[in-house]
Amino acid sequence: MSASVRIPTILRTYTGGQAEVQADGATLAAVIESLEKNHAGISARVLDEAGKLRRFVNVYVNDDDVRFSEGLATAVPDGASVSIIPAVAGG
Amino acid sequence: MAVQTVASTTPADDSGEAPFGPAAALSCRECGTRYPLSPVFACQECFGPLEVAYDLPLGDPEGLRRRIEAGPANIWRYAPLLPVPADVTGKQNLNPGWTKLVKADNLARELGITGGLYVKDDSGNPTHSFKDRVVAIALEAARTFGLTTLSCSSTGNLAGAVGAAAARAGFRSCVFIPHDLEQGKVVMAAVYGGELVAIEGSYDDVNRFCSELIGDPIGEGWGFVNVNLRPYYGEGSKTLAYEIAEQLGWRLPDNLVIPIASGSQLTKIDKGLQELIKLGLVEDKPYKIYGAQAEGCSPVSAAYKAGHDVVRPVKPDTIAKSLAIGNPADGPYVLDIARRTGGAVEDVDDEQIVDAIKLLARTEGIFAETAGGVTVGVLRKLIETGQLDPAAETVVLNTGDGLKTLDAVSETTGPTATIRPTVAAFREAGLA
Repeated sequence: MSASVRIPTILRTYTGGQAEVQADGATLAAVIESLEKNHAGISARVLDEAGKLRRFVNVYVNDDDVRFSEGLATAVPDGASVSIIPAVAGG
Repeated sequence: MAVQTVASTTPADDSGEAPFGPAAALSCRECGTRYPLSPVFACQECFGPLEVAYDLPLGDPEGLRRRIEAGPANIWRYAPLLPVPADVTGKQNLNPGWTKLVKADNLARELGITGGLYVKDDSGNPTHSFKDRVVAIALEAARTFGLTTLSCSSTGNLAGAVGAAAARAGFRSCVFIPHDLEQGKVVMAAVYGGELVAIEGSYDDVNRFCSELIGDPIGEGWGFVNVNLRPYYGEGSKTLAYEIAEQLGWRLPDNLVIPIASGSQLTKIDKGLQELIKLGLVEDKPYKIYGAQAEGCSPVSAAYKAGHDVVRPVKPDTIAKSLAIGNPADGPYVLDIARRTGGAVEDVDDEQIVDAIKLLARTEGIFAETAGGVTVGVLRKLIETGQLDPAAETVVLNTGDGLKTLDAVSETTGPTATIRPTVAAFREAGLA
């Protein structure tokens, strides 16, 4: 199971400047774990000390905000597009 | 997490003066990490929102008050408290602000308020909403950073404010709106000649799109006023707090009723009030902040009533489109402020919004857009439910002009009668 993950500007120091990387995993939690293996440090930026999504991070799996579905347990289908976006815009 | 500073340099202008006036740095509201003044908006450590931190001119409140009072009749009278250069009045800008604080005795009587009621009527700004305040600050930041395109995600009012400010300042503009906005707002956004792009989706979809665009090479040189310039943009709302206090004779009201879309305005008004106290410009006294939402988009109100400190996003469905942000970025801070000050967050349905628009028009001659209907409607509900003391002095915000949302009231308002041009017909219609 492979997904394409869009990386926001503030996390690109962990991906060597790449705006999009590949990661494996059947759930969002597994995808983040996979990201961490290849880009050490990224997980702690996205998840808080309790292992939950930080409150100012929005994550979308195929255009769906994971807060409307199962959060970190949200299924990530093969070939899915995952977007990590700072939540502090707008208004 | 230990507070740290990310190294870099703050731009200086050719004159050697501080281009951001009293602003010292950007600071993460979540973890306190500090960053140089630059076009960034989210903390690299925790994704928290960045806001402007100041070296405020403490120690001479009388001198500062005199300086402000001698300033222009717009937001630049507060330049010593904003992230703008001292010579900001010489720049091409729409110069918004210093709108009327209307003593609303008729409305107070209708609502049973005895402690005094004021409407801060921000429909008097250049593009007829409070958004001109925030855009004015963002524009100056864009100018300093050498950005050449002004942009935003918008529920309508902001698109017009950005288009107009860009036109005045000679910037290119490209603004993004949901495809289903009110006609008045679409026209007001398009008329200034910039690019207006309607996105097939909700405001939250537009916002997400803009957040992604800014990370793309396409977005280089762009100033998204409410994304990468958001820390500066938000500071414009502080001027509402300054004006209310100054117009009351340099004092704080007991209650403020403020609309919530992203929650930025409410949090910055609180920041402005706190600064006034810190600077000694007003007496330190308690005040209560009440947030107002439309029932069809009330994630902050729902979280408040449930006792939560996080906000679960919703899919908006309300006539108050300028407040239709289902995933409000500053929602958690609104909850903190309402609870800290002893206020509340409440919501009203679409019918109550329309009733409140008519009530404000009928009693005070102020035609509010739907967001103003939300604040007045919520004020009425707060009194009816005993959450707001009618014997206390209250300020309610109207943030936009009713001409922008005619659809909200056009079905239930119109001619009393249509008659032939004769006195007899007038009499027959029962109007004599």
